[in-house]
Amino acid sequence: MNYAKFNQMKLEKSFDEKEDWLYEISAKQPLFDFKFKEIWRYRDLLMLFVKRDIITVYKQTILGPLWFLVQPLFTSVIFTLVFNNLGSISTGGVPAFLFNLAGITAWNYFAACLSGTSNTFRANAGIFGKVYFPRVITPLSITLSGLFRFGIQLFIFIVFYVVYYFQGMRLGFSWKIILLPYYILCMALMGLGLGMTISAMTTKYRDLTVLVGFATSLLMYLSAVPYPLSEAKEKFPDWVVDYVVWNPLSQIIEGFRGVLLNQSGTDGLTLSYVGGISLLLFLTGLVIFNRTERSFIDTV
Amino acid sequence: MDDREVILKVENLSKQYRLGLVGTGTLSHDFNRWWHRIRGKEDPYLKIGETNDRSTKGESEYVWALRDINFEVRRGEVLGIIGKNGAGKSTLLKILSRVTSPTTGSIKTKGRIASLLEVGTGFHGEMTGRENIYLNGAILGMTKKEITAKIDEIIEFSGCERYIDTPVKRYSSGMTVRLAFAVAAFLEPDILIVDEVLAVGDAEFQKKAIGKMQDISSGEGRTVLFVSHNLSMIASLCGRTVVLKNGEINIFPSANDAIKNYFLFNDRGAIPNPNIRLEIPNSRGPKILECATLNFQNQLKETFDGGEKIRFKLSIKRDKNISVKFSIVCFIYNQSENLVAVSSSGKMNNVQYDSAICNSVLFELNSTPLVPGNYSMRIVLHIPGEHNFDDWTNCSSFSIIQHDILNTGFQFHSIWKPQLYLEVEWF
Repeated sequence: MNYAKFNQMKLEKSFDEKEDWLYEISAKQPLFDFKFKEIWRYRDLLMLFVKRDIITVYKQTILGPLWFLVQPLFTSVIFTLVFNNLGSISTGGVPAFLFNLAGITAWNYFAACLSGTSNTFRANAGIFGKVYFPRVITPLSITLSGLFRFGIQLFIFIVFYVVYYFQGMRLGFSWKIILLPYYILCMALMGLGLGMTISAMTTKYRDLTVLVGFATSLLMYLSAVPYPLSEAKEKFPDWVVDYVVWNPLSQIIEGFRGVLLNQSGTDGLTLSYVGGISLLLFLTGLVIFNRTERSFIDTV
Repeated sequence: MDDREVILKVENLSKQYRLGLVGTGTLSHDFNRWWHRIRGKEDPYLKIGETNDRSTKGESEYVWALRDINFEVRRGEVLGIIGKNGAGKSTLLKILSRVTSPTTGSIKTKGRIASLLEVGTGFHGEMTGRENIYLNGAILGMTKKEITAKIDEIIEFSGCERYIDTPVKRYSSGMTVRLAFAVAAFLEPDILIVDEVLAVGDAEFQKKAIGKMQDISSGEGRTVLFVSHNLSMIASLCGRTVVLKNGEINIFPSANDAIKNYFLFNDRGAIPNPNIRLEIPNSRGPKILECATLNFQNQLKETFDGGEKIRFKLSIKRDKNISVKFSIVCFIYNQSENLVAVSSSGKMNNVQYDSAICNSVLFELNSTPLVPGNYSMRIVLHIPGEHNFDDWTNCSSFSIIQHDILNTGFQFHSIWKPQLYLEVEWF
C-alpha cells in the first residue's frame, strides 16, 4: 500500500513539474498548430502594424492616398478601350467603364494581398531575426491595411456609379449587396493563403518571387476580370472555359461585380464552393507558414 | 546552494547549421531528409557534423553551432555569457528568444522571455518617437494598455522628451538606442536577454542602463541573461557566468573565474603557467607563504581594469635565526609565458627587508602598460648575487579585463593584439 501511495505521489509530482512550465521551446512541434490563441494575444501589435502600413506608405508625397485612385482609373479606361471598344466584349447592359472598374477594384485587393504576403519572410528578415512574435501577424496586417486602399477604390467606384445614375443609368438594387463582405473575406483568405504558402517557399527557393510577379498579372486574364463569365463560356475554347469556370477567383470576381451592378444571380452552391476553397487555402497556408517560421532565419 | 526557483532550463540543446551556399545540393538534401522522415527514420544529416571552430578547416558541410548545452537559470539571477566571436553566443540567444528553433533538445521556461538582441527592432524612421514606443513595445510583447500606463516613465527614462513627437529618422543613433532601451527596460518580462546594446550610448546612459538592469534583477526579482564583450561590465553585473567555446559550454560560479578562463581559451594552445616552486637545498631563511592581489582599498581582487593600481600582499615566513638583508624580485609573465616586466626591490629600488623581522611586504604596481589578459607572477627572495631563499613561479595571478584608460570606448587590443600598452602623447 505504501508503495502504491509512493507511486501516486511520484505521479503527482511529475505532473506538477510538467504543468509548471509556461512554455517549451523544442525541436519538434505538432503539425496542426494554428496558434489562434497567440494571435489573439498579439492583436494590439496587429493593429499597430496596420496603422504603420497605412500612415507610412505615402509620407512625404504630395497626393498621398490619391495615388490609390490613379491606377484603377487608368486601367479601367485602357480595358474599356481595348476590350470593349476594340474587342467588343458585351458587358450585359452595364456601362463598360463601370464594369471594368468593379472588376479591377476587386482584383486589386486580391493581388495586393497575394503579392504583399508572398514576400513576408524575406522582407521582414531583419525584424524576424531579432525578436519573436507570431509571424503570421505580418501577413494579416498586410491584408487588413489593404482593406484601407480597397475602401478608397470602392468609394471611387461609388462616385462613378452616382455619376452614371444621374446620366440615366438604372441598374436596380437588390438584397444581394449584403454578400459583398463575404466576397471580400474570400478574396482576403485566398490571397493570404496563397501568399503565405509562397512566402514560406521563397525562404529557400527564391525562384518563386520571379514567378509570382507575372503569374498574378496573367492570372487576372483567366479570372474573368475584363470580361463576364457568359462571354468566356461563349468564346473561349472548351478546356479554357472549364478552367475559368472552376477557378474560384473568377467566381469571386463575377459574384462581386454581380452584387454591385445587380447582374446575374448568385447561387448557394457557388458561394459555398468559393468559401470552402478559400478557407482550405488559408488553413493550408497557415500550417505551412507556421512550420517555416521556426527556422526560416537559417535559410533565408 | 542557491534555493531560488529554477526559471529557465536548457536541456541537451544543439543547433546544426549547413555551411557554404544554399544551392544545388539543397533540394536533394531536402528530398533525402523528407524520404527518411516519412519512413520514420532519423534525419540523415544530423549524424554528421563537426564542432564549431571557426578557424580550422572542416570536412563536413554541416556544423554544430551548439552542442549539448545544459544549464539552469534561477529567478533573479544575472547570468553572464561570454565567448569569442563565433562561439555560439548569438545562436544560443536566438534560440532562447524563439527566433530560430533548436535542432535537438529543448528549453523550458516559467516566464516570459524578452530579448534585446539589437535595439530598435521594428523602429520605423517615418514614425515619431511616441508611435515607435507603441510599435516597439507591441513587437516585444506588450499590450497597448500596458504601454499607455508606462509611456511617461519610458519617455522620461529615455531622456528624449523634447524629440518624442519627431520622426525617429531625425534622431541620432545614441538617441535611438536610448529610446529603444527605455522601452525594453519597462517591458517587465520575467527573463530579459541583453546583447551588446550598451556599446552605444554615452557614459551617463550606460550607467543608467546598468542601474536599471540591477534593479530589474535584485529589486524586482527578474532574471537577466547578459551577453557582452565588455568584460568589466560582466564582472560588475553578473554572478554565475557561462563561457561558450566552439559551441560547448562551461559554467563558472563567478564572473571573475569565467573571465580568467576566457582568456586562457582566447590564445590557441596556451596552457596556464605551471606552478613551479624551486626546491632550494639548505633551505633556511625567509619563505613565501602566500601572495594576494588587492585593489587600492586593500580588498582582495583578481581582476582589474587597465590603469588600475594593483597591490600585492606578500606573506613571508620569517626565520628568526637568520638576520640578513634580502630583496625581492617580481617577474610578470603573460599568458603565453613571455616575461613582460620585472621589478626588483633591491638594485632597482634600493629597498631591502630584514629576514628576522619582516613577515609581510606590500607593493603596488601601475597596470597601465598591461593589455587585457591573464598574468602570472614569479617571485624570488634573494640576496643579489649570493643566495636565493625562495623562487616561486606562478605564486600569484591576476587578470586585466578591460583597457580603456582614455575612455574612448575603442578596444584596440582586440584588433591589434599588442604585447603592451605605451602611454603616448600625440601633438
